[in-house]
Amino acid sequence: MKTAVANVQKLSLVQAVTDGLRTMMSEHKEVIVMGEDVGQNGGVFRATEGLIEEFGEQRVIDTPLSESGIIGTGIGLALNGFLPVVEMQFLGFIYPAFEQIMTHATRIRMRTLGKYHVPMVIRAPYGAGIRAPEIHSDSVEALFTHMPGIKVVCPSNPYDAKGLLIASIEDPDPVLFMESMRCYRSTKGGVPSGKYTVDIGKANVLKEGEDITILAWGAMVMLAEKAAEEYKKQDIHCEVIDIRTLYPLDKKTISESVQKTGRVVIVHEAHSTGGVGTDLISLVNDTSFLSLKAPIERVTGFDVPVPFSALEDHYIPTVDRIKKAINKVWTF
Amino acid sequence: METFETICYIDENGNVRNEEGAARINEKLAKEMYEKLLLVRTFDRKAISLQRQGRLGTYAPFEGQEGAQVGSASALKEGDWLFPTYRDHAASITFGHSIPRVFLYWNGRVEGCVAPEGKHIFPPAVPIATQLPHATGAALAEKWKGTDNASIVYFGDGATSEGDFHEGLNFASVFKAPVVFFNQNNQYAISVHISKQMNSETIAQKSVAYGIPGVRVDGSDVFAVYFETQKALERARNGEGPTLIEAVTWRFGAHTTADDPTKYRNQDESIQKREQIDPLLRVERYLKNQGYWDDEWAAEMQANASAVIEEAVEEMEAFPKPKVEDIFDHVFASPTWTIQQQKEEYLQQMRGEDA
Repeated sequence: MKTAVANVQKLSLVQAVTDGLRTMMSEHKEVIVMGEDVGQNGGVFRATEGLIEEFGEQRVIDTPLSESGIIGTGIGLALNGFLPVVEMQFLGFIYPAFEQIMTHATRIRMRTLGKYHVPMVIRAPYGAGIRAPEIHSDSVEALFTHMPGIKVVCPSNPYDAKGLLIASIEDPDPVLFMESMRCYRSTKGGVPSGKYTVDIGKANVLKEGEDITILAWGAMVMLAEKAAEEYKKQDIHCEVIDIRTLYPLDKKTISESVQKTGRVVIVHEAHSTGGVGTDLISLVNDTSFLSLKAPIERVTGFDVPVPFSALEDHYIPTVDRIKKAINKVWTF
Repeated sequence: METFETICYIDENGNVRNEEGAARINEKLAKEMYEKLLLVRTFDRKAISLQRQGRLGTYAPFEGQEGAQVGSASALKEGDWLFPTYRDHAASITFGHSIPRVFLYWNGRVEGCVAPEGKHIFPPAVPIATQLPHATGAALAEKWKGTDNASIVYFGDGATSEGDFHEGLNFASVFKAPVVFFNQNNQYAISVHISKQMNSETIAQKSVAYGIPGVRVDGSDVFAVYFETQKALERARNGEGPTLIEAVTWRFGAHTTADDPTKYRNQDESIQKREQIDPLLRVERYLKNQGYWDDEWAAEMQANASAVIEEAVEEMEAFPKPKVEDIFDHVFASPTWTIQQQKEEYLQQMRGEDA
């Protein structure tokens, strides 16, 4: 982590995203922001607020309503000298652009032996818990971790959001940058002004502990921390790791923690089957099987579409469900 | 290039503008339309007020677009199919959707997607333009089954930028599907003005590329919309294939109740527009010009509409609590073992039975 000495402001996660965009747009004229309502309206979540006034319509572009068009055009811009940061209004709206990502963005480098590449960032608010209408709440990161050729990043706090966004813009390959809507304004945190980066591919040990490793990302980090806090009173110490980058996973940080604790709880709000949790289990198997003292527990969303808002809370993992999993690995 | 004039039967002042209108608009029709427009407007205003009170979730208002929705849906017959977006509940209600159910939808209840038995009303499409190919498919099914039923599919101006718009029209055109593509051009896709959405002069002209009839109609003129949709449905039923209708409208309010239109739209313009294009006011002016207007009748219509909507709100609020089982039981015809296991564990946990 490279941190320049700078003023530190208290910002929310969404403000940190704006700050990261502003920082990179000021430094590099190649960085442009594109998407539906990102200009005059400043984004439906205000993530691009003020940028059009500062950088003009040539660099903050209100596009037609066309996800495939936005990402496809972004690919063309990226392979020809620009650094586009495109916004999908919600991750659940990315499906029409799936083809552009899967069949083009992710494999242009390989298909041209490195002659062309796609330094594009796709920003996408995601996740349940804010009472958004149906389909707005999807958490489908695993569709993208399964795609060869794209990195998947998911910050849970304002500091990481800005640092990871800058790192994503600097990354020479496509990055899906997932922004948890539930984290957007839930807390404020210290964010240095100016440029700094948080490395892609590095997890963050938020709380140290000897007994159980909890792996989480996005909005689930807050819940994992709460559950860990409650067990601390019983003298059970959970190590809470914010995975931060879902592809590639941080093999070293995760395996070191599991080898220390021997017990693992994975928390994600995405569906269970084929989720990133499955890969985490595989990573633990590969690196730390003999350290395990209990089978790994997963707390996840169910294998059902994220329900309409009236039943949404039944879908999302809760602190209670995490506590039960902790109890299960502890008492195995 | 072929130009597409905006068809209008009665003008802003409520005067009949063409012969067909003079022949077909009468007191009975005008009063029927007035009553329907008033009902859906009352619904819309109530929904906004319930949302503000926290009794409904985020809501997508349509005030200003009632003429387009009521006029087009009034042209349908039993057996037809209606594919709405999340802003087309006026069309759904006009075609016979249950009002309490529409409220339930906005309360985040899946029950709101279920139209009354025998009514082919599809759940509102949340993504953009994805429902157009469905309407084509459902219409083709009717044609290949040998019925004279047709589909109507609603979408906004922004939807014409999506690939599915073009794929839906092209399929329908190639296979001569009995479908009416009904566009409400309300000039804005959230904050993006139509001038940034497309470089074409009209949406109707996009029909040329697909070799199908295109119609541009004044969407605030319920009669023009009604008669022109009737013609398109007639062509569909006669085996002449699809039509693209562009109804030019203006949404007075926000994109949704979570949105602030003052950031991107001049509100004075909306206030001024209301005076010019309000579809309800236009029918009122027509009735007054013809000497059909009656204050007492109008008051009675408003009282009726309010009573129907109030009753629907009561029914919505008295509806049984949502069933957790529903999220597990309706994913597949028979639940897979994963879903079955997840359901059992979760229900056990809810009952406090787990270890």
